[in-house]
Amino acid sequence: MAAVDDLQFEEFGDAATSLAANPDATTISIEDSHEPPKQPGPPRGSGREEDDELLGNDDSDKTELLAGQKKSSPFWTFEYYQTFFDVDTYQVFDRIKGSLLPIPGKNFVRLYIRSNPDLYGPFWICATLVFAIAISGNLSNFLIHLGQKTYHYVPEFRKVSIAATIIYAYAWLVPLALWGFLMWRNSKVMNIVSYSFLEIVCVYGYSLFIYIPTAILWIIPQKAVRWILVTIALGISGSVLAMTFWPAVREDSRRIALATVVTIVLLHMLLSVGCLAYFFDAPEMDHLPAPTATPNQTAVAAKSS
Amino acid sequence: MAEAAESPGNAGTASPRPLFAGLSDISISQDIPVEGEITIPVRSQIREFDSSTLNESVQNTIMRDLKAVGKKFMHVLYPRKSNTLLRDWDLWGPLILCVTLALMLQRGSADSEKDGGPQFAEVFVIVWFGAVTITLNSKLLGGNISFFQSLCVLGYCILPLTVAMLICRLVLLAEPGPVNFMVRLFVVIVMFAWSIVASTAFLADSQPPNRKALAVYPVFLFYFVISWMILTFTPQ
Repeated sequence: MAAVDDLQFEEFGDAATSLAANPDATTISIEDSHEPPKQPGPPRGSGREEDDELLGNDDSDKTELLAGQKKSSPFWTFEYYQTFFDVDTYQVFDRIKGSLLPIPGKNFVRLYIRSNPDLYGPFWICATLVFAIAISGNLSNFLIHLGQKTYHYVPEFRKVSIAATIIYAYAWLVPLALWGFLMWRNSKVMNIVSYSFLEIVCVYGYSLFIYIPTAILWIIPQKAVRWILVTIALGISGSVLAMTFWPAVREDSRRIALATVVTIVLLHMLLSVGCLAYFFDAPEMDHLPAPTATPNQTAVAAKSS
Repeated sequence: MAEAAESPGNAGTASPRPLFAGLSDISISQDIPVEGEITIPVRSQIREFDSSTLNESVQNTIMRDLKAVGKKFMHVLYPRKSNTLLRDWDLWGPLILCVTLALMLQRGSADSEKDGGPQFAEVFVIVWFGAVTITLNSKLLGGNISFFQSLCVLGYCILPLTVAMLICRLVLLAEPGPVNFMVRLFVVIVMFAWSIVASTAFLADSQPPNRKALAVYPVFLFYFVISWMILTFTPQ
């Protein structure tokens, strides 16, 4: 644990030295929700990545022990839910960064979540994404139809609730289905890697972060730009998901493993393309022949299509 | 309290003893009367206050509450580090502000079939459920602010945005155009920044220091959504 001492984060020094001195002891008993569950949390530093690598490989059994000990309150108390929000600012930023830069061979769950799944990231990333899509869609429609005399701007508030339903359903129901499927396969084929439900929710939540800047950039009313953005976003978040779930199905038969990963990426693509199609009007409307003195029906029909 | 202080004094004058030696001789039942002296003097005043507020005129009651609300409005408009909003929280101010904002933002019933702006109920729900969600979030992250105190602060800090809504309604009476939009955009941005500054001045201290940004970001999102609704309001 020499690398840990070098980081000089004296606030958690006691936990580090006690963990080094007595590896079987836990650090949970001291406080409840204000201390990180296992390792000391150093500030953003370049030494942290390799430290995580070192710790990530040999404490898998410790993480199971500590994860089991962490959620000890009954589910009807407030403290139970506080354990899902036991993250600091830098941890959330690190997880977001990890979802934006998928490194081949590094597993998002093992590297960043490490038995401390949080609900803060998934919930607020989904909330931001809902409003980003609704607002950007509204703005882009306004810019596309700017100058058309028959267009009357409406804020389209109803789309916020539709966007919220879609995004939150995706972020919770798909992980539920995936978790059920992985549990079922686990009962048939012994897998080395298995994820808890909250860890899957966490991965999905953080993988949606790339869509927030994508949605804002979708305001640009060029079809080519939008499809390039879709491809980039899908590539990044799809690869995060694929690299996370490949180790979980690797031991299974090849067909099922491939089918699982392909389904995950396909659902992700469906979400992004669906959002683009529903919330953002096609920019070709701009290039329709200029509205002549024909009645308003043509323009209204074109607008409502 | 006076009795408790006397016994170490008596013990000290009787014979030289180390400090606080006499404290071990104090037993609660004998030396410290738990009635009478320990009650806070204010409480007896409040008792007679209570019976007198029942007899006062309605105008007095309403003016007292209105003055309390008005005092908090001043605290929001000129945010300093003070505890008034937290100590004497009330939900009248947030209710008045929310109802005003929702009344001004709702679309008319004429175009309910098209997509339009929010209805009265939608604004109401967004404001109150948004505030409840932010409060729950800050409590789950480990903040030590009470539920209603946080609702009170978030509700009162909508005041700058309500003022922005009033100004926007007035500006919209003039002729539409890009200048009109620029003025409204500027006003909404200034008021949005004011709301954020006011609410973080009150809320930031109650969060653990390494999670402040996590607790402040939802407040930013909340006021951003309300500002967007104000900015995109179009009269029919």
